[in-house]
Amino acid sequence: MTGEVLAGLALGLLLVAPPFLPPYFLEILISVMLFGYLGAAWNILGGYAGQFSFGHAAYFGIGAYTSTLLFLRLGVSPWLGMLAGGVLAAAFGLAAGYLSFRYGLRGPYFSLVTLAFAEMLRVIAVNTKAVGSSLGLVIPNREPAPVNFVFAGKLSYYYVILAMAVGAVWITRRVARSKLGYSLLAIRENEDAAEASGVDALGMKLRAMAISSFLTALGGTFYAQYFAYIDPTITFGPSVSIQGLLQAIVGGAGTVLGPVVGAFVLTPMSELSRAAIRGRAGVDVMLYGIVLILVISFLPRGILGSLRRRP
Amino acid sequence: MTADLLLQAVVSGLLLGGVYGLVASGLSLVFGVLRIINFAHGAVMMLAMYTTYWLFTLAGIDPYLSIVVTGPLFFLIGMVIQRVVIEPNRFAAEHNQLLLTLGLALFLENLALVLWQGDFRSVRPSYAGASFVVGEALVEVPRLIACGGAIVMALALFAFLRLTDVGKAIRALSEEPEGAMLMGIDVGRIRAVAFGIGAGCVAVAGALVTPFFYVAPDVGESFNIIAFVVVVLGGMGNFVGALLGGFIVGLAESLGATLLPGSLKQLVVFGLFVLVLLFRPAGLFGGGRDR
Amino acid sequence: MNLLEVDAVTKRFGGLTAVSRFSLTVGAGEIVGLIGPNGAGKTTVFHLLSGFYAPSAGAIRFKGVSVVGAKPHAICRRGLARTFQIVQPFVNLSALENVMVGAFNRTGDVMAARQRALEVLDFVGLGARRDVLARELTLSDRKRLEMARGLATRPELLLLDEVMSGLNPTEIEEIIGLIRRIHAQGVSLLIIEHVMRAIMALSQRIVVLHHGEKIAEGRPAEVARDPTVVEAYLGEEA
Repeated sequence: MTGEVLAGLALGLLLVAPPFLPPYFLEILISVMLFGYLGAAWNILGGYAGQFSFGHAAYFGIGAYTSTLLFLRLGVSPWLGMLAGGVLAAAFGLAAGYLSFRYGLRGPYFSLVTLAFAEMLRVIAVNTKAVGSSLGLVIPNREPAPVNFVFAGKLSYYYVILAMAVGAVWITRRVARSKLGYSLLAIRENEDAAEASGVDALGMKLRAMAISSFLTALGGTFYAQYFAYIDPTITFGPSVSIQGLLQAIVGGAGTVLGPVVGAFVLTPMSELSRAAIRGRAGVDVMLYGIVLILVISFLPRGILGSLRRRP
Repeated sequence: MTADLLLQAVVSGLLLGGVYGLVASGLSLVFGVLRIINFAHGAVMMLAMYTTYWLFTLAGIDPYLSIVVTGPLFFLIGMVIQRVVIEPNRFAAEHNQLLLTLGLALFLENLALVLWQGDFRSVRPSYAGASFVVGEALVEVPRLIACGGAIVMALALFAFLRLTDVGKAIRALSEEPEGAMLMGIDVGRIRAVAFGIGAGCVAVAGALVTPFFYVAPDVGESFNIIAFVVVVLGGMGNFVGALLGGFIVGLAESLGATLLPGSLKQLVVFGLFVLVLLFRPAGLFGGGRDR
Repeated sequence: MNLLEVDAVTKRFGGLTAVSRFSLTVGAGEIVGLIGPNGAGKTTVFHLLSGFYAPSAGAIRFKGVSVVGAKPHAICRRGLARTFQIVQPFVNLSALENVMVGAFNRTGDVMAARQRALEVLDFVGLGARRDVLARELTLSDRKRLEMARGLATRPELLLLDEVMSGLNPTEIEEIIGLIRRIHAQGVSLLIIEHVMRAIMALSQRIVVLHHGEKIAEGRPAEVARDPTVVEAYLGEEA
């Protein structure tokens, strides 16, 4: 119960405080929300189903490129483009997932194949002129037009990503308390025993994949609209894949709020490290590496997972 | 595609393939003994390349000669990493051990980035541009030396595994872990040695390629992926398979480069990877883990 | 029509024939025992019945319908549940959650599944430990948990694989009682067991497997006296 109260208070703060925050902090908060969102999306497949994807950037990139291309080439509002990107990403996820799961890929092999798929998309994007090759795509017109997902100030973007993050958490909660959730946990714990108990492992994993990839793609669209620039390395590259994974693992894979908690820990840490050692790229990721090693070694169920009696 | 281009592609592919084989052998050995897929493998190679670079730039030591230093140094570093980071977590879930090596990779790659930044550096000894012609194909001397060195190293490793006590212990632990433990083998020590050998191998490979590969924090990543492909292709834990797999992947990549423009050649390697993972996860030569 | 019909099933792994032309029936309401020396192929038979292996030859019919090629979860849906020789609980889930997974076999509703799981936990005697994580349960409790999870799927036929191994005499008595109560609920049972007195006491009929072949079948007393059976076991010890 106290957990819920705390979460409610935190949400209240997150709703009310930002208009009074200096821009720098608002930016950090937006990053926190975005990474927490991506972590929550990853968590459904990784934390609940136990299928550790190392290639979620594939869906992020599909989302980012789909909405941006539809916007730039056809004038379609990125809100719609977002949905289109989500559907496309889910289709890709289902195809990749079906191939992987049907052929029985589990554990590290599944992780490797997802990595391969993401890298393939990156290479294709780099070599395709129509999507801007390695130069990427720029959204040039920054005149505020909410209907086109372009806002005047950071605050509006913040509330969008906050809503998305809350939505992702809510979806996670719904899944966790459903037959799908229990089935996914069973699959994570012991897929054979789950099958013997009537769980359609393939079907359930695909469901988790569809939700996870759809949500991740929406994050890609947000990124594109917020930063107004995307390229293959940013959107299809390993750093995006790792971000989602990291928030969930550190905060607690398989918990509802874990990814968000993870984001609140990791993002400020990253910011502080970059501020402390200016001019040297990579300090924050170096810390991520250390944190990951420490978490796996000493807190393998993540922050929330270790606090709770059960993950 | 002309016969000349084809010949050149085959030559280049085989030469680089030898190095891939050495890189993969280290990874395969580590998997065989520790049952983990070491994501930090490429990062170690990258650090060895930087070591070679600094030895060359600051002390004028020839990259091939510096192997005498780099090899053993990274063998020791590997053993330390294994003891400190991996061994304490040897009972952790498989996916967590994977994350452990991922964390290690992130740390090492970005340590290099922080220390030496992202500029490309190169090691250019006097013979860096030497080459000769075989038929219609150009053979660059550094690449030839790298391939030769890789094969020599692999053969040495092979002999070590077959002939020495430690080598036999490694093979025993790899094939029959419970039996090996019952035989009184100091499992902890062997595991550390195996990881050290893996690091040493990939460090030697790194030194060998510095005359013709740029040195930068991310150079290990591409070798990482290639190593995974080779190891899965050759059979995870199948040492000879890793060597053969290296040549196959080197060839595939090189032939792909003649067919596909730009960096699309990577699709050939990735495509091969996906196909093998899906249809023959135990490897072309078998003996590997089935899924 | 029998509940389960195994018709001359053979299972080969490369050059090794694990099960050879094995036939077996289980009628509705029966308790059938499956015994044999170690390595006889008993668990392989269970894997074949529950869909983890596909037979190399032969037919398997459950309630008159072939289950060859069906996935394990589909076979469970049809009413055949199993336990594993080495218990396979969902270690990081509570006893209740473990059993709920089984209960979901018949319902999509969380409340209904929870209700069913609570009933079954009480039935097997684990009601008080429903919120304990599976990894903190004793072996005896884990065995009950596995049976509970199987029961929650509402099977018509339950396959029990050496549920008594590793248990002390008191625990064995309790499990025997539990199996009788399960049977009384109308569940048919096919039981692999090494604890002879248990399987003799429970089974109405016993099938003996040796080197993948059926070497005897009959009432417990008959099978116990059968010289080929005795030799199979003694030969094992020699």
